[in-house]
Amino acid sequence: MSAQVLKEPPAQYAATSGTPAFFPREHTAALGGAKETGLLPVPEKDRFYIVVVGHVDHGKSTFVGRLLADTDSLPDGKLAQVQKACAAENMDFEYAFLLDALLEEQEQNITIDTTRILFSTRQRDYAIIDAPGHREFLKNMVTGAASASAAFLLIDSREGVQDQSRRHALLLSLLGVKQLIVLVNKMDLSDYSEARFQEIEKEYTAFLATLGLTPQHFIPITARHGENIAGRGDKMTWWKGPTVVEALDGFTNTEVLDDKPLRLPLQDVYRWDDRRIFAGRIEAGRVRPGDKIVFQPGNKTATVKALEAWGAEIPLASAVAGESVGLTLEEQIFVERGAVAAPAEQPPFVTQELAARIFWLGKEPLRQQRTYRLRLATQETSCVISRIDRVVDSVSLASTQSKEGHSLEVARHEVADIVIRTQKPVAFDSYDAISPLGRFVLLDNQQIAGGGILLVDEKKAEQLRSHLHPTTGKVDRRAREVRNGHPGAVVWLTGLSGSGKSTIAGELERQLFDLGRQVYWIDGDNLRLGLNSDLGFSEEDRAENIRRAGEIARHFADAGTILIISLISPSNASRNAVRERVEKGRFIEVFVNSPLEVCAQRDPKGLYAKAKAGEIQNFTGISAPYESPDEPELELRTDLQSVEECVAQVLEKIRSIPSPEVDWTI
Amino acid sequence: MDHLTKLEQQSIFIFREAYHYFKNIAMPWSMGKDSNVLIWLARKAFYGKIPFPLLHIDTTFEFPEMYQFREWAKEYHDIDLIVRVNDEAVARGVNYENYDPVTVTHELKTVALQRAISEFKWQALITGIRRDEDSTRAKERYFSPRNAEFEWDYKDQPPEFWNQFTSSVRPGEHVRVQPLLDWTELDIWLYIRRENIPIPGLYFAREGKRFRSLGCWPITHPVPSEARTVDDIIEELRHTKTSERSGRAQDHHERNAMQKLRAKGFM
Repeated sequence: MSAQVLKEPPAQYAATSGTPAFFPREHTAALGGAKETGLLPVPEKDRFYIVVVGHVDHGKSTFVGRLLADTDSLPDGKLAQVQKACAAENMDFEYAFLLDALLEEQEQNITIDTTRILFSTRQRDYAIIDAPGHREFLKNMVTGAASASAAFLLIDSREGVQDQSRRHALLLSLLGVKQLIVLVNKMDLSDYSEARFQEIEKEYTAFLATLGLTPQHFIPITARHGENIAGRGDKMTWWKGPTVVEALDGFTNTEVLDDKPLRLPLQDVYRWDDRRIFAGRIEAGRVRPGDKIVFQPGNKTATVKALEAWGAEIPLASAVAGESVGLTLEEQIFVERGAVAAPAEQPPFVTQELAARIFWLGKEPLRQQRTYRLRLATQETSCVISRIDRVVDSVSLASTQSKEGHSLEVARHEVADIVIRTQKPVAFDSYDAISPLGRFVLLDNQQIAGGGILLVDEKKAEQLRSHLHPTTGKVDRRAREVRNGHPGAVVWLTGLSGSGKSTIAGELERQLFDLGRQVYWIDGDNLRLGLNSDLGFSEEDRAENIRRAGEIARHFADAGTILIISLISPSNASRNAVRERVEKGRFIEVFVNSPLEVCAQRDPKGLYAKAKAGEIQNFTGISAPYESPDEPELELRTDLQSVEECVAQVLEKIRSIPSPEVDWTI
Repeated sequence: MDHLTKLEQQSIFIFREAYHYFKNIAMPWSMGKDSNVLIWLARKAFYGKIPFPLLHIDTTFEFPEMYQFREWAKEYHDIDLIVRVNDEAVARGVNYENYDPVTVTHELKTVALQRAISEFKWQALITGIRRDEDSTRAKERYFSPRNAEFEWDYKDQPPEFWNQFTSSVRPGEHVRVQPLLDWTELDIWLYIRRENIPIPGLYFAREGKRFRSLGCWPITHPVPSEARTVDDIIEELRHTKTSERSGRAQDHHERNAMQKLRAKGFM
């Protein structure tokens, strides 16, 4: 269609129409028509999501195109339009072209990303997700499959079970897609042989059984000719089972989470007016005003006052799994995003050590002792991979065990059993009990790079329930701060070697001490002489060096001390991990900033000279990167300001730490 | 929970995730039906007050009634509204008489949007696109990154599953957050009906024609229709087999026009 351009708006839409009724019901009433009530004229059908997976070139897109054509679900003219486009480009028409939307997909005859198509049977509406079969696009297959309730898995009758047939099935089992129909496609190329069909059925059933998957059906089809899709055709009269369309409505809707114990992970706390609204989506169970709940991790209890709603005439009486709600509470408690509301008698597990089965999609392999970020529901924390126990070949399911002195890594598209140590405690459930709280993603370099599931058997559950909880003494931080008249805090000086960290730290300690404050300075070099003498300068060792320094600093701050720490600490991720561990507002990140040239010129320890001569490897600023803090509490330009000026600014920052209970006498 | 409520609740979840992850965020508002459903959902998500600005990219070719609706809705929803026009292109004489629709759409919409993003340094934009509108939109994510040149790298999109989203941007980049991705045109109308959401009157038939999708008046054509109420529209959509954007000329200017427009930053 060529674009027709109008010279003026159509007459009936040229001018504004007086004072229009913008509300649909008022608009209808103004027409003198029947009043619309907002109630639906006919009951709505449910929408059911099905993903189509399988090895590349086993006919997924052709199958979906055929399914649409044969159930009369294509827009008018779509078939003719695509056929015409093919003719114009001298290409043979393929049903797959109905789906492959991107130029690259059409040219290479390969699906790159998932496509969703809607169609209906008399019973319900379906969204068909066509997932790519090429190994390279596995992350797109995962994206598509994770939102599905059931799957069609296609196998080419000639080629039989191939790599992606197995890998996709393994991923389906990890993603929690348990309903499955296997379609043995391209039966025409195997002379419609019943024996061949049964041979594939036998082989693949055995494989699926090892994954705990039991398909509803195996169906022999020829997508290209539409055999056993909607109609049967006359080539496979031996087939007495259902056609695809007949089998579709046999899928049942997904797990019901309403009757499980409440799990409401907080997304945010809104304070627009005098209310504090705790917002989040109920992942399992239900909630009512008056319910006693506990937030984990943190073990804070509260009573639900009301379920807030905008525009509702009467307050909500209850809400169930799947609803995005906002609670107000009877008590004034401090909880933040990530905390999971649960019944006090049926809380989730809380731990800092997670045993998980993961699938890895990252470009870089997953490595032991490296730091990643973990997100579970709305919880987020940094974490370290403490062990990779075994790597499972996602095609053969053979596993490689970890051996003494040889650390494994998990390459892209592999599956593994690992142990993760998190910086903050994490609340979770077993994947088979409450799936939304039993799965997580790992981020590498801020990109989602893998997913994992947590399975807890009875024995493990017992251990988790009896697990040691942090011991708290009878004197808390607040009491110490009241007595000291100043906050306990961590002043973290980061910057290049020679930027002036130690000079400032020394002067700051002196001044605070003279003022009669509890203060202590730890220098990074001193830690490396003792506590961290087992660590080198690799990326992993540096991260561990900072983690330990951070833990020490945290304890000092908790004991009411102003702890000054001077440490190059070049990585944002490591510093932020420490920030998370320190009481909110009591971590003062000070970026001691001086241009590299100035630092190199100062070179108080003669290190730059050695680094430039190649005598020192991994030297920050020369042969290793320094990441400037994103949002430090303070930035000191030591090349422009005097030591006195710098110290005064840090003191001011310490004074300005907010406190509801104490007026600092600092 | 019925199908419509499921969609609504998921969209609210997306809104809240977006607002958590991106402090500097805005919502383009075309004033069309989807855009007004977005406002409604935002007000539900945040209990009445939308905590970020809305942006209207004014092409200067909006229907007169759209401007009227804009002023009314701004007050009614208490919207913090930013309006931007690509004045430079208008002054250069970029219009539908002199240029093809793809060029004009790119200049007056996409370029104006790019400038607004540079001006306000938004990290994320909440858009009303739906998978069922166009086959390239079917391949979108809820959180879909755009690079500094505003390009959509559809060949290498980050994975998105279990309601975990790409939430980081480098300077100059932004993320398109798309809460209506799973909605269909029919869902939108069923929801407008259920909630009585205010919309411009152009969607209703006058003298045998109505607009199914609204854009610049020189290239937006009404379709034959007798649907004068929301009920009529729902009934019409249950039986139609023509596509929603068939009246939008820029989509059909050349083969894969939408893909080309969208790769350069168009919604």
